[in-house]
Amino acid sequence: MNLQPETLARIDEVITHYPEKRSGTLPLLHLIQEDIGHIPEEAIEWIAEKLELEPINVYEVVTFYPMFRRKPIGRRHIKVCRTLSCALVGAYKTCSKFQQEFDTKLGKVSPDGEVTVEFVECLASCGTAPVVLIDEELHENVDEAKAKEISDHIKAEAAQRG
Amino acid sequence: MIQPAKPELVTVNIDGQEVEVPKGINVIEAARMVGVDVPHYCYHPKLTIAGNCRMCLIELGMPAVDRATREPIMDEATGKQKINWIPRPQIGCGTNVSPGMHIKTQSDMVKECREGVMEFLLINHPLDCPICDQAGECKLQEQATGYGRGYSRFIEQKNVKPKRTQLGPRVVLDDERCVLCSRCIRFSQEVAKDDVLGFVDRGSYSTLTCYPGKELANNYSLNTVDICPVGALTSTDFRFKMRVWFLKQTNSIDTESSVGANTVVWSREGVIYRITPRQNDEVNDTWMADSGRILYKQVQSDDRLLPAGSLADNLAAASALLKDGGVAVVGSGRSSVEEQFFTARIAKQLEAKSCIVARHGEGDGILVSADRNPNTRGALVTGLITGLPATELTELAADIDAGAVKTVLVVGEDLTAAGLSADQLAKVNIVYLGFHANATSAAAKVSIAGLTVFEKSGTYINQQFRLQKFASAVPGLAGATDDRVVLAQLLAAVGGETTGSDLASVWSALSREISVLDGLAYAQLPDTGLLLDSTAWSGLAFPEGETLHYQPATAEATA
Amino acid sequence: MSAPAERRMIFKHIDEEGYSNDIDCYLKNGGYEILKKAVTQKPEDIRDEVKKSGLRGRGGAGFSCGLKWSFVDRKSGKPIYLVVNADESEPGTFKDRYIIHQDPHQLIEGTMISCFANDVKQAYIYIRGEFPEGARILEQAIQEARDKGFVGKNILGTDYSCDMFIHRGAGAYICGEETGLIESLEGKRANPRIKPPYFPAVLGLYQCPTIVNNVETLCHVKHILEMGADEYLKIGTPNNTGTRIFCVSGHVKKPGYYEYACGEITMGQLLYDVCGGPLDGREFKAVIPGGSSAKVLRFGEKFTLKNKDGSTRELGVEDIPLDFDTLAACGTMGGSGGVIVMDDSVNMVEALANINAFYAHESCGQCTPCREGSLWMKKITSRMVHGEAREEDGELMKSVADQIAGRTICAFGEACSWPTQSFVLKFGDEFKSYQDDKQKASAGKLELV
Repeated sequence: MNLQPETLARIDEVITHYPEKRSGTLPLLHLIQEDIGHIPEEAIEWIAEKLELEPINVYEVVTFYPMFRRKPIGRRHIKVCRTLSCALVGAYKTCSKFQQEFDTKLGKVSPDGEVTVEFVECLASCGTAPVVLIDEELHENVDEAKAKEISDHIKAEAAQRG
Repeated sequence: MIQPAKPELVTVNIDGQEVEVPKGINVIEAARMVGVDVPHYCYHPKLTIAGNCRMCLIELGMPAVDRATREPIMDEATGKQKINWIPRPQIGCGTNVSPGMHIKTQSDMVKECREGVMEFLLINHPLDCPICDQAGECKLQEQATGYGRGYSRFIEQKNVKPKRTQLGPRVVLDDERCVLCSRCIRFSQEVAKDDVLGFVDRGSYSTLTCYPGKELANNYSLNTVDICPVGALTSTDFRFKMRVWFLKQTNSIDTESSVGANTVVWSREGVIYRITPRQNDEVNDTWMADSGRILYKQVQSDDRLLPAGSLADNLAAASALLKDGGVAVVGSGRSSVEEQFFTARIAKQLEAKSCIVARHGEGDGILVSADRNPNTRGALVTGLITGLPATELTELAADIDAGAVKTVLVVGEDLTAAGLSADQLAKVNIVYLGFHANATSAAAKVSIAGLTVFEKSGTYINQQFRLQKFASAVPGLAGATDDRVVLAQLLAAVGGETTGSDLASVWSALSREISVLDGLAYAQLPDTGLLLDSTAWSGLAFPEGETLHYQPATAEATA
Repeated sequence: MSAPAERRMIFKHIDEEGYSNDIDCYLKNGGYEILKKAVTQKPEDIRDEVKKSGLRGRGGAGFSCGLKWSFVDRKSGKPIYLVVNADESEPGTFKDRYIIHQDPHQLIEGTMISCFANDVKQAYIYIRGEFPEGARILEQAIQEARDKGFVGKNILGTDYSCDMFIHRGAGAYICGEETGLIESLEGKRANPRIKPPYFPAVLGLYQCPTIVNNVETLCHVKHILEMGADEYLKIGTPNNTGTRIFCVSGHVKKPGYYEYACGEITMGQLLYDVCGGPLDGREFKAVIPGGSSAKVLRFGEKFTLKNKDGSTRELGVEDIPLDFDTLAACGTMGGSGGVIVMDDSVNMVEALANINAFYAHESCGQCTPCREGSLWMKKITSRMVHGEAREEDGELMKSVADQIAGRTICAFGEACSWPTQSFVLKFGDEFKSYQDDKQKASAGKLELV
């Protein structure tokens, strides 16, 4: 596990926010996932040692919170809100559109490696449903047409990258 | 003997009955004291409260008081103080009794709650009771019968989870049977201090697991099996060997160290199948070490000393050697108080020096102490020794070399392991009594086959100077004789004062002759033992460090 | 009767042209003046003012904020913590998002006033993991406030110090429950704690006295101090003071957020006049008034409520004034203010299947009734939709829900069972006839699960 110097510095800083080191578990998991894309077993053990915990303490946490991933994902993470307000205005269609556009299944890396499409629970933007969180950017009122537009944009970026 | 302090009592009302119970205990324990069962899974009296199984829900009420005046509000109809019942059921495990508390354990609401929880626990539980090793001691089975509806309304697919996971060398896990009560996790964290178990995933898919690459391998791992209320955790050694309802239970004591953990020996038709801990709140709570659970294997071990010759012939040969003078006595810290008493009297009769062999190891701070003899204190109390024993018998070796000792009476010990050379052994006549064969029994002129702790009865005195009794669980090896009987007869044979060798007679002598045992009798000893007055030995620097319910005297003085 | 005018207090600057989330903009608009005033007051006077204002928590339970603060153990000798609950996770709720993104300093000011009032040693903002941008904005805002002496050491030159840090969640609804949130902040699975003994006011974060307040609630504190409790009390109705932000989603023409004096607007006014009514060609069928865990209301049902003088009045769904107490009297709750509207295109079995999937996914799994019951209910609705539905499934599911509510460690037990209880009670026929409806293709038109 090769963490960026900046990540390491942020890790050391964030631990100082808490009177008990164990509180650093979630922040460290976020920082490591942002850096290397997912949480491998090595990261669990690294965090445990850093925070003077047993690995099981970290493992329990990683598996409790759905945002922590045990495996790498596609270049972009498309999270479509599945919960009632979004579903009422077509979230299932939106999600199908993304899957269709990237020829992929829920939770899997698309064949071109560009995206992983997932259903997630409420993103708390129900007034602009359906909403989709792509990496850290929220997209609102994403009907099928807008899903197509977003997909085209991602594909174009990929083409540009070569 | 020392009397424990009396707890402060409070009056509570359980199902309409006013009862006095110790202040601060929880509703489950309070109800238990008056014979009322409040069913539960996650609650364990020796672990922190989790409150997660929700089986112990009860109705709770408190006497009504006027908020402003703090005056009681009376119920005009009954003339008694009004009771404010909390509309929601409360958990018995997390509710501590307070004066005037009212508890309903049999109301319709409580029954409904239990039926609901039982149904929930069973919907994802596999229906494999016929092949489950927990049958017979399964709380899920028992409470489903006692508190469930008796039919299922669940027609969906059950959750699938890992089966037959080897959690460690001695424990097997079946996740589908697990009710997620977290007892094993709390035990590992709080008692064994080996935090390797945890839940992964979430909701109904939560799964008990050991961290990948780690093992539940600590010396207390089998306690998780004991406290698992269902068949999720089972013992690799015991599983599928025997249905528990066929087994006879005998109270015993763990002999692996001076802690003296209280145990139950489970046997059938003269064969022992397992040892489990027996609750003693002053000694071992409800725990014991894994290492103490396999000691029953010594009953059928390959190195057992097999009987040879008749007891009468052996005793005659032994007494002839002993009466010839120049005797030294090597007793044992593994012998019972009764055996040590006779050993000491033989030494006295023969004017022989007596000693025992110390056996030290590292204490684990829990239930295995640094003194690996179960009964060093017994040797002190019976006068077999007057000071702390040594691991090497240097004085005896010197006496042999000086020609002062011609015959050594050895009880159970191997003199070569205690520092004597084969040469020194060859210079003396050895009379050996014990249950296993060793270099000393091989060199002995007379060797008499004795019994293991599981085949005889008696008492030990643990590190706290607590006198604890054990009973014979299985018949002795054919042809072998109870060590106590052998020693009593040997004492008679060398001209000592004859006392009956039965426990009652021995105890009348013990209580007569040893002041700290004054007034005691074997039959009257409580199952959890009696604390003796140890002031006579308070100056000795015992090797034990701190363990559960034991603080070394020196540490106490400096604390 | 047309709807009254919006009363924007908390949302005064939301979507205001030219208003930005940096501290300069906030200061230009009178920002941190109330904090400056507060630190010259006695903390207990501020607490009294908040108590007097009748402020009720905006996170869902509607518990009195002043009372919550009064439970804090101030004699323990241990530090007191304040945690801002920015986990906004009740489906249908999206008010805190806008405060955090567009007016973060309002939250910081309200929080620091509350910290000062309670002698808090350290504040944390627990923000849901799904708000990465919000977390960045708050980090930035806290740093700005720290640089100006509003947060951190010797606030505004006084000897009162209190720092504030962001703590991000990672996708667990249960972190909105205050003791689950505390566990999560301690670096653990967010398993809610048993109460007793773990009341946050006594044994909270790190076993110290802890206050957990919702984002909007803390913003209200600032306005209470600004106008004084007496003025604040004039907004809304007795016991339902201040403004409420309604987050409307689902089948209306104009979904979004609207702030009104509490109880001043009725459900009918909100949905028809403010939100533009149902979509063309549709009729309202049902509305969940306070986040997805609140009990559903069926258009057409009538409520008979008692008046103070002993007489009764009859209300339809449209007539319900949107305050805490009337909604409670109608058997549901104002909750978090998330109003989810369903029109006649929705099959209620399918809507419940969607909700049940949410709660089964979000149950922490700690205690038996919720862990097993929530998944069982999900499995039933899922089978009804994707497999064979039985006439008795609705009643079975309701009986499962009855075995959960009131018997769990935390309020999730109610949250996951109230939808089922109310859907089956109010739309029982749809549950009975679902198999037929599927075959007649009158169901399954809108994919919800």
